[in-house]
Amino acid sequence: MRSWVIRLAAVPVLLWAVATLCFFLLRALPGGPFDRERAAASREVEAALRARYHWDEPLGWQYLRYLGNLARGDLGPSLKYRNHSVNDLLAQTVPVSLSLGALAFVVAMGLGIPVGVFSALGRGGWAEATSSLLTLLGVCVPVFVLGPLLVLVFALGLDWFPVALWGGGSRAVLPTLTLGLYFAARVARWMREGMLEVLRSPHVQAARARGLGEAAVILRHVVPVALLPVVSYTGPMLADLLTGSFLVENLFQIPGTGAFFVNSFFSRDYTLMMGMVLFYCLLLQVLSLATDLLLRWIDPRIGS
Amino acid sequence: MSGPASSPGRLALGRFLEDRLAVAGIVFLALALLLAGIGPGLLGVDPDRAGESPLAPPGAGHWMGTDIHGRDLLARVLVGLRISLAVGAVGAAVSLLIGVGWGVVSGAAGGRTDAWMMRGVDLLQALPTVVWVMLGMTLFEARCAGWLAERWPAALPALRLGAMMICLGSVSWLTMARVIRGQTLALRERPFLLAATALGVPPVRWFLRHLLPNLSGVILVYLTLTVPAVVLYESFLSFLGLGVRPPQASLGTLIADGASQLNPIRVRWWLLVFPAGLMALLLAALTSVGEGLRAAFEPRGGDGPRA
Amino acid sequence: MIPAAGQRNAPVRTTGAFCCRPGGAGRAVFLGFRDILGLLGTAVALGVLVGCGPADRADLVIHNGPEPETIDPQILTGQADGRIASALFEGLTRFNPTNGLAMPGLASHWEISKDGRTYTFFLRPEACWSTGEPIEASEVVWSWRRAVTPATAADYASQFFCVRHGRALVNGELRDPSLLGAEAVDARTVRVHLENPTPYFLELAASRVFFPIPRRAVERWGDQWIRADPLPCSGPYQLLGWRVNDRFRLQRNPRYWDSGRVSAGRIDILSGDNPSTALNLFLSGEVDLISDRKIIPGELGPELARRPDFHRFDYLGQDFLRFNTTRRPFQDARVRRAVAQAIDRTRITTRITRMGERPSAAITPAGTGGYQPPSGLSFDPSAARRLLAEAGYPGGRGFPQVEYAFNVGSRLYEQTGVEIQAMLREHLGLRVELRPLEWKTYLAEMSALNYDLIRGSWIGDYDDPMTFLDCFLSDSGNNRTGWKDPRYDGLLRAAASEGDPGRRAGILREAETLLVEQAVPVTGLYSHVGLYAADPRKVAGVWPNRMDEHPFFSLRRIRP
Repeated sequence: MRSWVIRLAAVPVLLWAVATLCFFLLRALPGGPFDRERAAASREVEAALRARYHWDEPLGWQYLRYLGNLARGDLGPSLKYRNHSVNDLLAQTVPVSLSLGALAFVVAMGLGIPVGVFSALGRGGWAEATSSLLTLLGVCVPVFVLGPLLVLVFALGLDWFPVALWGGGSRAVLPTLTLGLYFAARVARWMREGMLEVLRSPHVQAARARGLGEAAVILRHVVPVALLPVVSYTGPMLADLLTGSFLVENLFQIPGTGAFFVNSFFSRDYTLMMGMVLFYCLLLQVLSLATDLLLRWIDPRIGS
Repeated sequence: MSGPASSPGRLALGRFLEDRLAVAGIVFLALALLLAGIGPGLLGVDPDRAGESPLAPPGAGHWMGTDIHGRDLLARVLVGLRISLAVGAVGAAVSLLIGVGWGVVSGAAGGRTDAWMMRGVDLLQALPTVVWVMLGMTLFEARCAGWLAERWPAALPALRLGAMMICLGSVSWLTMARVIRGQTLALRERPFLLAATALGVPPVRWFLRHLLPNLSGVILVYLTLTVPAVVLYESFLSFLGLGVRPPQASLGTLIADGASQLNPIRVRWWLLVFPAGLMALLLAALTSVGEGLRAAFEPRGGDGPRA
Repeated sequence: MIPAAGQRNAPVRTTGAFCCRPGGAGRAVFLGFRDILGLLGTAVALGVLVGCGPADRADLVIHNGPEPETIDPQILTGQADGRIASALFEGLTRFNPTNGLAMPGLASHWEISKDGRTYTFFLRPEACWSTGEPIEASEVVWSWRRAVTPATAADYASQFFCVRHGRALVNGELRDPSLLGAEAVDARTVRVHLENPTPYFLELAASRVFFPIPRRAVERWGDQWIRADPLPCSGPYQLLGWRVNDRFRLQRNPRYWDSGRVSAGRIDILSGDNPSTALNLFLSGEVDLISDRKIIPGELGPELARRPDFHRFDYLGQDFLRFNTTRRPFQDARVRRAVAQAIDRTRITTRITRMGERPSAAITPAGTGGYQPPSGLSFDPSAARRLLAEAGYPGGRGFPQVEYAFNVGSRLYEQTGVEIQAMLREHLGLRVELRPLEWKTYLAEMSALNYDLIRGSWIGDYDDPMTFLDCFLSDSGNNRTGWKDPRYDGLLRAAASEGDPGRRAGILREAETLLVEQAVPVTGLYSHVGLYAADPRKVAGVWPNRMDEHPFFSLRRIRP
């Protein structure tokens, strides 16, 4: 129990460490948020702009100011989107990315686990051949090929789904598939691997020896243990899914957070970038805790 | 158990050679390596040379057609293969070495060490991959490239590639460490490893002889996932202007270029099909070799763990 | 003004107008603690909740390109930002959608003094904000004074340089904004005193930074006034909702003086920066108009330009090369001229851009404000080789390795670089490395003169050569080549105070000849081609024009 308390207490410390690391690393980058294609009208105008965002203060002060605001839950004003605060941007976009990520997670698990299980059971047969072809395609067809391909066939060709934009039921199908298939292929590989390991282990032989039916053996003794590597993989995967994917959001013009990860970097929107990193970090910590709890629940021997 | 003829390695090799798919895979990989090594030289076509027939479909002059500058696609695919193989292999190796080392030590040590090591992974993983890699590459360009260019101007392209491989490898080991640690945690409570520990087997031997064989499946799967992931990530970086420099090509950048052919107006299929097809074949070969290796080292009958 | 405080106090416009937030989003994460199945279940439930987006289609859907950085007319700089601001606000004049020239806006008519230095605008009596308050002359003058105050941080304040004391106020040499040469003669009359006769002033008055802004809202909400709800608007539309990276939803402003001409009741303006997606949305009929060249896939340009629903036109943009004149080898004008003559611009426009761009070695696109630029140094490899030999590099021997830097963002920039690299190798035997830079690094390196050769491009702000030529003044922040020539500065000053259009054009031509034929700190590549997509059977009220101005007030959807 104590270790869990410590881990929870470590979260703010981790957030602080990440914020500090990120704050100073970002400042080492070439270029800055106020470098623009069109030079400012005058030096005074540029100075006024810098002063507005406290850019004229020493770096140490800026850092303390940032931490002070952070402690109050204020991530500061966005340096690029000048009519929005970072909190405001996150509040608008996080729900979208969470929805898309959760849907893609369902696809990844719902497709990946069965495919993994069946390919492990039907080793050498057509089930394995089919599933390994599927996973192969999932692994080596990048999102920026898979997405346009799905759009070309199912939206522009067959006209089953809308081509882009976020909204009602059918709009979610193609982005969910694009994002989900990529992860489903990975889940299937891990699941299959877990199954193969477990199928050889003595406790399965023992279960069989006790005269349990094959289905019962698989469901009660094999699958839960085989889920272990998948579950280890789940935490980071879910964090990636829920914080949005740059490529998928860009392709389907979805107003999620994924675009900010890349765009804020290229526009040197330091406050937005740090907001994104801290959000990701927090989510990851929560998921990582959840994963470890889940691992222990599946296999009580861990961490005892 | 007497004589080299029946050593486990020999037996495994025999079993591996029986697996036709795996043999085909390894032959293909060898061929790809060979092509990447001497192909561009054999072909004798400058992959960067602009030609007089831009966007020509595959034909007698250009077997894979040409791109918008009239450059020969076959020549570009061959040099791209070279770079991508290097990036994939080094990136995966970096992440493999760090990931397995970290995961095993953490999982085997347990307790406080485990907790601290995992917090380390947490800290690194708390920076999203894409941010980490963008930061790394941009800082390398801004802070190191100029310094290096003064000292070793000729080696700069290679150093830049090296920086990218290290950047990619150093983020992809984290998942590996997590998975390996999870496996190690589970395995070390198994009777055969408990027994080995109780018997006082020295750590290195404990790791090499007892633990590693049981992790090999996970490691192989991981490798077959990481190599393509690293290769494709490189193309994403190039897309952002942080990867290989034009006019250099990698399979990833060629595929990214070709992806724009997926439009409803006009499709120049060769720009996508050849690089993507080669990539798929490579990965299929890699997977089948991985499968073959695993099957070869797996004792028949499947009774009990390999120890 | 402390932005954090401003942002807290600002009345946050609810995005709820057309966005339904999935309520269970936060919970889904925590349910995962217990049971993986629970998590899956919640995710499915979430998926159902997602289904409450903007199902009802607006009268017109316009794809506007990247998410605006701001829609505050005094602050914005981007084209996409400007299109939204122009839908919500209006200047004393506005752009005629057919030709991009000024026509009456909030001012119904105006008088220009004989010497071209005094403009008197007469506001329409019915001009008012969408919230009902009248727009008065004093509010116009107040807005302009705010724009030239450095603390406002208006990047486009330089547009006021032609107004008396405008430059001194923006530069901080004068502190009292009431010195600006603009006065409210009475409630309906604004008089402007200019430094010089400025032939394009009526077009300037139509530009965003000259829009009057609602004084009361600004005084109440500070620099976040644009998010006031309701937002007082003076243009054809008012703001219903704004969701970042998704869309703006606008509704017809019934109090707009010309609202009878506005036929679309509600329009959606989408934000997104993927060209293929924009094209797909257009082809599938979800978008009626793509208003920005940058979000139409460049590599499909030639195919698209042939279609009846894509419209190409010449416009005020130029791509060029900058030389770093402070560093070897390009501090030698002969080397710069050699490079300029070794580039076959036609090869770039026929192979890479392929949309009928006009190859041009000058800086000003032909026909800008009725002006014909000098031809610049044309492609002549043997002359180029001679010049290079004269400079001490016969056949490229002894020439240091140089880099051509460009910003990533469009494949075209990289492809242009590959062609330039090949041409310089072929014709001069030079070794040029390509150096792709991400946007901000590109800008920083260019400003710090940390490059050899770098891609440059410029979009004119008004239809006059001055908008291109004044970039290369010695003290201009847009110069970025290290080149300074008092002769050039003097010529531009003389042109500015010249009242006779013919003589003025002559002086400008002389200045540009110096720029692109003799000193050559820059050499042109090609003039831009604009492109917009609109099916003429479905949408009316949009015309090609040099200014790339396609205001939304005239747009109309044709109903079958």
